[in-house]
Amino acid sequence: MELTGLFFYLVSVMIAGGIYSILCLALNVQWGMGGLFNAGIAGFFAVGAYTSAILTAATTERHVGGFELPIAFGLVAAALVAGAVGWAVARICVRLKSDYLAMASIGIAEILRLIIVNEDWLTNGSLGISGIPRPFDGMVDGRGADIVFMAVIWTLVLAIYVLCQRLYLSPWGRAMRAIRDNEASSRAAGKDVERFRRQAFALGAAIMGLGGALSAHYFRFLSPTATEPLLVTFLVWVMLMAGGSGNNRGAIVGGLGIWFLWSVTEIFANRLPPEWITRSSYIRMLLVGLLLQVVLQRYRSGLLPERSPTLPYERPTSRGGTS
Amino acid sequence: MNDLVFFINLYLVPGLTIGSVYALGAVGISMIFGILRFAHFAHGDLMTVGGYGTLTAVWILPFHPLVVLPFGIALAVGAALAVDRAFYRPLRDLPTIYTVIASFGVALIFRSSAQLIWSSGNQVFLPGIRPPLVLFDTFRIATLHAQVIVLTALIALALHLFLSRSQLGRSMRAVADEPELAAISGLDTERIIRWTWIIGAALAATAGVFAGMDTSMHPNLGWNLLLSMFAAAILGGIGKPLGAMAGGLIIGLAEELATYPWIGTDPLVSPSYKSGVAFAIMVTLLIFRPQGLFKGRLL
Amino acid sequence: MNTGSNGALLEVEGLSAGYGGVAVIKDIDLKVAPREIAVIIGPNGAGKSTLLKSVFALTARSAGLVRFRGRDMTGLRTADLVPEGIAAVPQSRNVFPTLTVAENLDIGTYAAPPPDRAEAKERVLSLFPDLATKLTQPAGELSGGQRQMVAMGRALMSAPDLLLLDEPTAGLSPAYLEKIFDLLLEIRASGVTILMVEQNARQALRIADHGHVLVSGRNFASDTGAALLANEEVRRAFLGGAAA
Repeated sequence: MELTGLFFYLVSVMIAGGIYSILCLALNVQWGMGGLFNAGIAGFFAVGAYTSAILTAATTERHVGGFELPIAFGLVAAALVAGAVGWAVARICVRLKSDYLAMASIGIAEILRLIIVNEDWLTNGSLGISGIPRPFDGMVDGRGADIVFMAVIWTLVLAIYVLCQRLYLSPWGRAMRAIRDNEASSRAAGKDVERFRRQAFALGAAIMGLGGALSAHYFRFLSPTATEPLLVTFLVWVMLMAGGSGNNRGAIVGGLGIWFLWSVTEIFANRLPPEWITRSSYIRMLLVGLLLQVVLQRYRSGLLPERSPTLPYERPTSRGGTS
Repeated sequence: MNDLVFFINLYLVPGLTIGSVYALGAVGISMIFGILRFAHFAHGDLMTVGGYGTLTAVWILPFHPLVVLPFGIALAVGAALAVDRAFYRPLRDLPTIYTVIASFGVALIFRSSAQLIWSSGNQVFLPGIRPPLVLFDTFRIATLHAQVIVLTALIALALHLFLSRSQLGRSMRAVADEPELAAISGLDTERIIRWTWIIGAALAATAGVFAGMDTSMHPNLGWNLLLSMFAAAILGGIGKPLGAMAGGLIIGLAEELATYPWIGTDPLVSPSYKSGVAFAIMVTLLIFRPQGLFKGRLL
Repeated sequence: MNTGSNGALLEVEGLSAGYGGVAVIKDIDLKVAPREIAVIIGPNGAGKSTLLKSVFALTARSAGLVRFRGRDMTGLRTADLVPEGIAAVPQSRNVFPTLTVAENLDIGTYAAPPPDRAEAKERVLSLFPDLATKLTQPAGELSGGQRQMVAMGRALMSAPDLLLLDEPTAGLSPAYLEKIFDLLLEIRASGVTILMVEQNARQALRIADHGHVLVSGRNFASDTGAALLANEEVRRAFLGGAAA
């Protein structure tokens, strides 16, 4: 009994860790490859989550939606809508320097949150959307469903990883990194810097939307608290920095690893006396904040640092080892 | 006439009040941006720390919050200097974006510490309802609002004198203008950075107390104001502290006035989208006039 | 004015410096006597500015030492060198653009306060009378030549013994060029030693007491200004051939 409990606990960790890995891969397209500072991950996550939820949830009269469309349709729509929002944001903001892009993107996430909380007709406000299906519902029931969902998630993680890795190695990825490392020379070489950035930002946003949608399907319920910026935006940043920005495998390792740490601390927290249980979540937040500082100061390139496989002149492999 | 009084009492004065809060917060953001060259995302939470420091002093000492404000200021200044030393300074020679990321972490550290120490609920500075000041039998202004507006005006004046007359103020402007030339001129950059934090944190704590007295203290108080303060700093022209103060007042007024029933009887912008107004102003500025209204340093 | 044992105000010995581990200047020796104008010339990329910057601790040194008044300056930061009596003017971005001219000058006194600020300002304004009418203008609104004067004025406010100038005539019109060179003679006459990098080598050597030719980061030749002007080899290589 204890053992099966542990097993299903690990399954739940793998599911959430997989969703975070997807978000990390998405952020890696924007920040790791493109050097674009998106501080509004939660916004794109929410757009995707609500898109898929509204399209696929059971029929209801509380809000628009309950179209009961197939989940695959919801996921694709989530990526498309989030990608479109990302593209529109990039259209306006992508030429801003990093700090300003951070402000603008955090602001956009904030506006999206306001819309979600206030527009009851669309999102059912703070009451949230319920009756969101999971893929292969009805084929397996009970706890077996978690295993199936885990398989779905990790298949998608793998697919997105392959996509991102191919992108990274493609001429597009090389151009993107060249822009990240030296904007002026890329511009001088005739690259349409803004266009590349728009594409990277939109693609990252689309993957974030997919991550949001998967999270909505996992919980079968969606309310504004699920898109809390601390748990979405901030944690994803810590994960990517710790895993190794610029490295797709690092993104997955960071997503899964940090989520594992986060979950383990939850086990300890649950054994605390009741008056400390609420406090324990603040302690964990505090620790994540500190962890980020340690990563930034000591392990800036992450567990799996970026290793550019491209032409040797682009980046010397070791200090002093140049011609 | 009645409409005008209604407008002043319910929109103009509250707009100036929240604008004063933004102004005091934006000054620090603008100075930090000018001198340390990064957007300080923990500035809102620094306000929260200052607010709670003062609240604690109110519990212990039987005085008005504005009298024990120095305790909150001391706490915020101490916190700012500590995080600069521990978390920002080690990253000083790296691209500033790392410091921006670090400041996100610091924001979280401040907020979660506040939740741990002071609990996550709402707490009030002064219980009970205070009668408003009544001027000319028509204008009813909350005492607090009058205090906030007057104090902010005095602070703006003091800041202007400090920046234009004092050696330290001029050195700050010099570092913001040309950091390398400032170093060549022999100015002690680290000392100037220290004073930037001291002034920025002191004003942030003051703003935090004002905001907390106007509504109530809670751990998200500062974070919720951050975006409007960034908008104010950009509006005023980055690195221009007095511009940031003007920007704060403009943003505060714009947010309040946007909810005034200009057309018909419904608010022009639903009050729940108030913070969207600041954001819209910010994005418009970033696109069309990134140097701000008052010609700050270019991005 | 204290000097080193051999009468030099500034001595550079075996100095190597550069960026990111790559040496730009190698094993440079240089002596500057008190109250002289010393000019560093050489082709582009010879490391002239790097030499000046490493003397002023703005570029990391990898070997060698810099003595000022006979004292080793190793380990001192730029901010410590100003109170020692060294001031510098960079080639570009040499004024604080949003500060007024008066404030720019005032900044020059903060690190090394002169005994009498008003006197220092009067002294600087008598050197640069053009600035007297522009004291309340932001320095960023001035012309290139006027900015150079503000920059030199700012450096002279602390009454330094040694003034380091990085291409003071860069980008200036011929009229201003003459004016700046005249000013340098006046500054020297007031007792300030000048070490400068200059592109207009011929004119600079004419007013210089000593010239130092740098090629590929190394000493090529050092002599009096007049001797270098007369030196066939130097003339052909760096002064554009024809006789002065």
